[in-house]
Amino acid sequence: MNKLTLFGIGIVGFFIIIAVFAPMIAPYNPGQIDIENILTSPSGSHIFGTDSLGRDLFSRMVYGTRISLMVGFIAVGIAAIIGIALGAIAGYYGKWTDAVIMRFIDIMLCFPTFFLILAVVALLEPSIINIMIIIGATSWMGIARLIRAEILSLKERDFIYAERAIGASDLRIITRHLIPNAMAPALVSITLGIAGAILVESSLSFLGIGVQPPTPSWGNILSEGKAVMGAGWWMMLFPGLAIFITVLGYNLLGEGIREKLLR
Amino acid sequence: MGKYILKRIIGLAVLLLGITIITFIVIHIAPGKPTDLEAQFNPKVSMEARERIAHLYGLDKPLHVQYIEWLKRFARFDFGVSFMDSRPVGQKILERIPITLTIELVSIILILLIGIPIGVTSAVKEGSFYDRFMTVFVFIGFAVPTFWLSLILMDFVGVRWGLLPISGIKSLEFEKFGNFDKFIDLSKHLVLPVLVSAFGGLAGISRYMRSSMLHVLKQDYIRTARAKGLAEKDVLYKHALKNAFLPVVTILGLSVPGLIGGSVIFESIFSIPGMGRLFYESVMARDYPVIMGVLVVGAVLTLLGNLLADISYAAVDPRIKLEDNL
Repeated sequence: MNKLTLFGIGIVGFFIIIAVFAPMIAPYNPGQIDIENILTSPSGSHIFGTDSLGRDLFSRMVYGTRISLMVGFIAVGIAAIIGIALGAIAGYYGKWTDAVIMRFIDIMLCFPTFFLILAVVALLEPSIINIMIIIGATSWMGIARLIRAEILSLKERDFIYAERAIGASDLRIITRHLIPNAMAPALVSITLGIAGAILVESSLSFLGIGVQPPTPSWGNILSEGKAVMGAGWWMMLFPGLAIFITVLGYNLLGEGIREKLLR
Repeated sequence: MGKYILKRIIGLAVLLLGITIITFIVIHIAPGKPTDLEAQFNPKVSMEARERIAHLYGLDKPLHVQYIEWLKRFARFDFGVSFMDSRPVGQKILERIPITLTIELVSIILILLIGIPIGVTSAVKEGSFYDRFMTVFVFIGFAVPTFWLSLILMDFVGVRWGLLPISGIKSLEFEKFGNFDKFIDLSKHLVLPVLVSAFGGLAGISRYMRSSMLHVLKQDYIRTARAKGLAEKDVLYKHALKNAFLPVVTILGLSVPGLIGGSVIFESIFSIPGMGRLFYESVMARDYPVIMGVLVVGAVLTLLGNLLADISYAAVDPRIKLEDNL
């Protein structure tokens, strides 16, 4: 396996472990305010320093990992369900069903997605659940196209004709035979989608329309870091690095899957 | 060619209709009515007053009637007036578009000027140290969040080193400058936003250029060109490059929504009075007419970007049978 792919797997695994064992890893309560230690630079007792309320940055980052990964996974899960379902229906049934779904995809692709997400999140009240649903609902189009393209060619293959001949239902053919065989290209898109969703969530939180304080997320910590620019470099450095490294990890993993499955 | 463009425009009209429907639905599924905001400033607003405001905006009519009326006004480029300052939405958006478009166009040119050579040279030297170095660079480019990059640039280039201004698009004494100084002043203010905006797209374009070039280099006509003894330089830059560039044109068209969407982030960080910042402010203030206006205009700009990409694609490549493409 490619060294870069291994590196990606390492990063992804590392952050998943941090998210799962957050309570054991974080040395402090992430919400614990300590007005005697406001904006202290990284030291032995606070390895990433403290924020403008004296909260331990490292602990907040550790808990923020949970939020970022959860948003990434669930948002992409939603996108995958919508994308696979619509892509499969369009590809299998063809004709006007296909035409309608494809036009719908074209329309969705025209919107500057970030504008759409921003509008809906702000109007619906920014909660973590809303953010996950909206990111999912605006990022399924690529997956749908890939699944459709695969199914268009798969459905003409002999094993599908054989299934039909023995009387299998459409639902069975689609879910048992077509989708599993059409997943390879979509899998790459899904992995890269996790990175995309994490980026969107942190951008929203950075703009103040995402995960709301006091719940820590990498994006809103960075936003607090902007407020204290010049007085607390650690507030800007660590959350940015975390986002960067995580996104890099999923991108490398996605690229690795592409090489493994599609060549 | 003319027939093709006509067909495309009819197709666009269908897309445009879809865009307006989705925009309308998005705004109206949200709980909380625009009237809440007006009522919020004055707690004594009575039910009758609320109803009067609702009537003023036509919010008391059934949804489909509201949509059709909105669409009729939209067809006349009348987006209504902003809740915030009662100015026409169309005018508010129009005065912001040039700023955003300028930044996007300059960054697209920058992306092409830097991304294409990187992609081509990487493909030509596939597997070399240079290629691997560029691959790593591209992955880093993909992963760096733009808002983080903006903050770092602001902190170092702007605050610590004091090299460039970090906020707005002109200095306070802008009006006193001569034309040349005005240009210099604007350019200085736009350096960081353009860099940030171009950075994200750079990785994508150079990557696409590389894979497109690699694909072309494996084609038979390249082998033929080499076999008939053409200089390697001619094979690469005359035969291969032209063909490899085509798919990139499409990608460029497809990247328009991303670029426009990204404008929210860097325009709010660098306080640039463009469309992205207008959208952000309107969303925060629940200024529904402006939100709907910007969503539609953003989507229309994307449509135009795609159309332009398709037409230039078709104009350059005679192999494309335009009629079959629809």
